[in-house]
Amino acid sequence: MNQNQEIVDLIARIANEFNEQLEFKIAVEQGRDAPLYGRDGVLDSLRLVSFVVAVEQAIEDELGLTLALADEKALSQKHSPFRTVGALADYVENLMKKG
Amino acid sequence: MAKPITLITGTRKGIGKFLAEYYVKQGHLVVGCDLSEIDWSLEGYKHYIADVSHEATVKSLFAEVRKKYGVLDYLINNAGIAAMNHCLLTPLETVHNVLNTNVVGTFLFCREAAKLMQKKRFGRIVNFVTVAIPLRLEGEAIYAASKAAVLSLTQILAREFAGYGITVNSVGPAPVETDLIRSVPKERIDSLLSRLAIPRFGTFEDIANVIDFYLREDSSFITGQNIYLGGV
Repeated sequence: MNQNQEIVDLIARIANEFNEQLEFKIAVEQGRDAPLYGRDGVLDSLRLVSFVVAVEQAIEDELGLTLALADEKALSQKHSPFRTVGALADYVENLMKKG
Repeated sequence: MAKPITLITGTRKGIGKFLAEYYVKQGHLVVGCDLSEIDWSLEGYKHYIADVSHEATVKSLFAEVRKKYGVLDYLINNAGIAAMNHCLLTPLETVHNVLNTNVVGTFLFCREAAKLMQKKRFGRIVNFVTVAIPLRLEGEAIYAASKAAVLSLTQILAREFAGYGITVNSVGPAPVETDLIRSVPKERIDSLLSRLAIPRFGTFEDIANVIDFYLREDSSFITGQNIYLGGV
C-alpha cells in the first residue's frame, strides 16, 4: 500500500471515531474528498483542533514519527491543508518527506 | 484516585526545583526539564534534558509524557532567563536568548500541553511574568518585554483554550533571592523593593500559594488572570 493511502486510512479511522460524537458526520465514504473543515466541512475550529491533534498523535503512535501539524493557513477557508481528508493526507506526506 | 501529572520547566535549581519538590510532596507525579542534568533526585520526579525553545525536543518530551502517563493535568512554565543591562549595551544575541526561552519556550509548552489536556477536557497552565512589567524597571527592557509577551499570551490562550476546559493564568513574583537577581547591585534591589506595598523579598512559598490557587479544581472560572506579588 502506498504511503498516501496509508495516511488516508489513518485519517478516515479517526474521522469514524469522531463521528460517534458528531451530530453532522464527516462523509468518510467519500474517501479523499471527504470535507473536514471549511465551506462543506462539519468540523468547527474547536473540533478541527482536536481532530488535527488526534491525527498527529496517531502518526506518532503508528508510524513512529513526531510531526507538528501546524500551518499558517490552517484556518483559511480556501487554502487550509485541513479542508478534506485528501488535502490533509497530502500535507502530512509532505511534512514526512521534509522531516 | 490517580496522581495528578504535573510538568514544570526549569527545575534544575531555584523556584523550579522548589516547585518540583513541593508538588511531589502534594502527591503529584512531576515531570521536569532543564537545559542540563540535575544534581538531585526524588521519588515521583522524572527529569528530562530539554531546551524549551527547541520545537523537536519539546515535541519528543511531550510524546514521552503521553506514552508514559497518557494525560497531563498541570503545566507550570517556570523556565526563564533574565538580562539586566542598559538597552544600549545589550547584545542582540542576549535579546534572542531571552525571547527564545521566555516567549518561544512558554508558547511551545502551552501549545503541546493543551494538545494533551484537551482530550480530558481539563487542564491548568500557569505562566511566569514579573513585577518588572508594571514597575517599568530600567535596565530590564528586554526581560520585561519578553514577560509582557508572556502576559499577553496568557490572556489570549485563556480564551483559545477555554472551550477545552483548560485555564491559563500567570503569576508575577516580586524579587526572590535566586540566581536570577544575584548579579543585581544591592541598591537597585532595595529601590525596587521600596516600590512594593510590602517591601520585602518574595519567597518560594509565596509563589506556590498563588499557583495552588490556580490549580485548584474550584478555580475552573479563573482564567486569563495575573497576580503580582508584593502589591505592585
